[in-house]
Amino acid sequence: MAWDRNQMAARAAQELQDGWYVNLGIGIPTLVSNYIPEGVEVTLQSENGMLGMGPFPIEGEEDADLINAGKQTITELPQTAYFDSAQSFAMIRGGKIAMAILGAMEVAENGDLANWMIPGKLVKGMGGAMDLVAGVGRVVVVMDHTSKHGDSKLLKECTLPLTGKSVVDRIITNLGVLDVVEGGLRIVECADGVTEDELRAATEATIVA
Amino acid sequence: MKKIYKDASSALDGVLFDGMMIAAGGFGLCGIPELLISAIRDAGTKGLTVASNNAGVDGFGLGVLLETRQVKKMISSYVGENAEFMRQYLSGELELEFNPQGTLAERMRAGGAGIPGFYTKTGVGTVIAEGKDVKVFDGQEYIMETGIVADLAIVKAWKADPSGNLVFRKTARNFNPPAATCGKICVAEVEEIVPMGALDPDSIHLPGIYVHRIVQGEHEKRIEQRTVRKAS
Repeated sequence: MAWDRNQMAARAAQELQDGWYVNLGIGIPTLVSNYIPEGVEVTLQSENGMLGMGPFPIEGEEDADLINAGKQTITELPQTAYFDSAQSFAMIRGGKIAMAILGAMEVAENGDLANWMIPGKLVKGMGGAMDLVAGVGRVVVVMDHTSKHGDSKLLKECTLPLTGKSVVDRIITNLGVLDVVEGGLRIVECADGVTEDELRAATEATIVA
Repeated sequence: MKKIYKDASSALDGVLFDGMMIAAGGFGLCGIPELLISAIRDAGTKGLTVASNNAGVDGFGLGVLLETRQVKKMISSYVGENAEFMRQYLSGELELEFNPQGTLAERMRAGGAGIPGFYTKTGVGTVIAEGKDVKVFDGQEYIMETGIVADLAIVKAWKADPSGNLVFRKTARNFNPPAATCGKICVAEVEEIVPMGALDPDSIHLPGIYVHRIVQGEHEKRIEQRTVRKAS
């Protein structure tokens, strides 16, 4: 037993606090918007130039001028504001965005993050990920704990080129939740049906008590 | 002062030359200067360096200039949607400089604002920092990035007045204002040119001082990822 994609997104949504401005990455992080807790109001930023991102449009109401950072058609809300890319990254770099929830390929025990490039494979680019992890107040990554072969993706040191150095605050995986602390990772909670021993066994990174 | 041209080709007359650098607005296929891109293809200008967040898709946007081998180098943050781009890049025919998205936007903004370089924490400790000047401010490391000044900026706006004041629509604004400001010459294509006085001076997104030529035309405005929800 472990969490599936939607359960991981639901757990990540528990990280949101009322009044926050938040940036959600592509993939599982996008699903987080489906689980925003009752009574918590967050404003979603899309780094292509929008605050107050609404849901996908109803069929027939798609607008080519209204997309998110994943290039998907979306809608606006009453509080929406638009701006250019320089302004968008000014608010990101300037620390105005409280939290980013992003995917990851590898995380190291010191908070190093790799999520943009696999040498020798197709390189698509980092997009806004390097700016986000450098600038936002808190970085939460949502990822599978291990590779398809069972190898830990929570490592002592990343093997892939970094997106940012010592930038990750919290890791949510299919097996549980871990924080990056002095000396390594600290287990915050285990996923439903996962024991602490199983979590430790699946983790290469140092786990501190 | 006549800024309005009859079509995209005449709006580019005399400003194109082989080996030039062009800054282009747009994010994905949203808010791209599609008419000016087609006109550059027709003009056959070669050896281009293009600073643009993305590189279009096969057969649309900047993809058309890749097909004709007019682009020598791209400066972009994300190029994943273009098979021809990847083919040329992997075979060594095309140079690619990855810039983090915010760094690219700020390089354009800075170049247009007379700032030749700036320090940012984006990319510290990554391959992006290699070979770059590092400076410590308040105990934190920053790397130096340079402003971009392009020979030509090509942008797409929603509305213009005859003086070149521009208004953009929704997320089609994206890289267009910073790209426009960093061009020695800026040509803007718009959906509508409205009479002088028809735009609210308090609601101009980009003042006409940055815009030297304007052309009005029909835009395809292709959607890259059509996502919808069920009506509740």
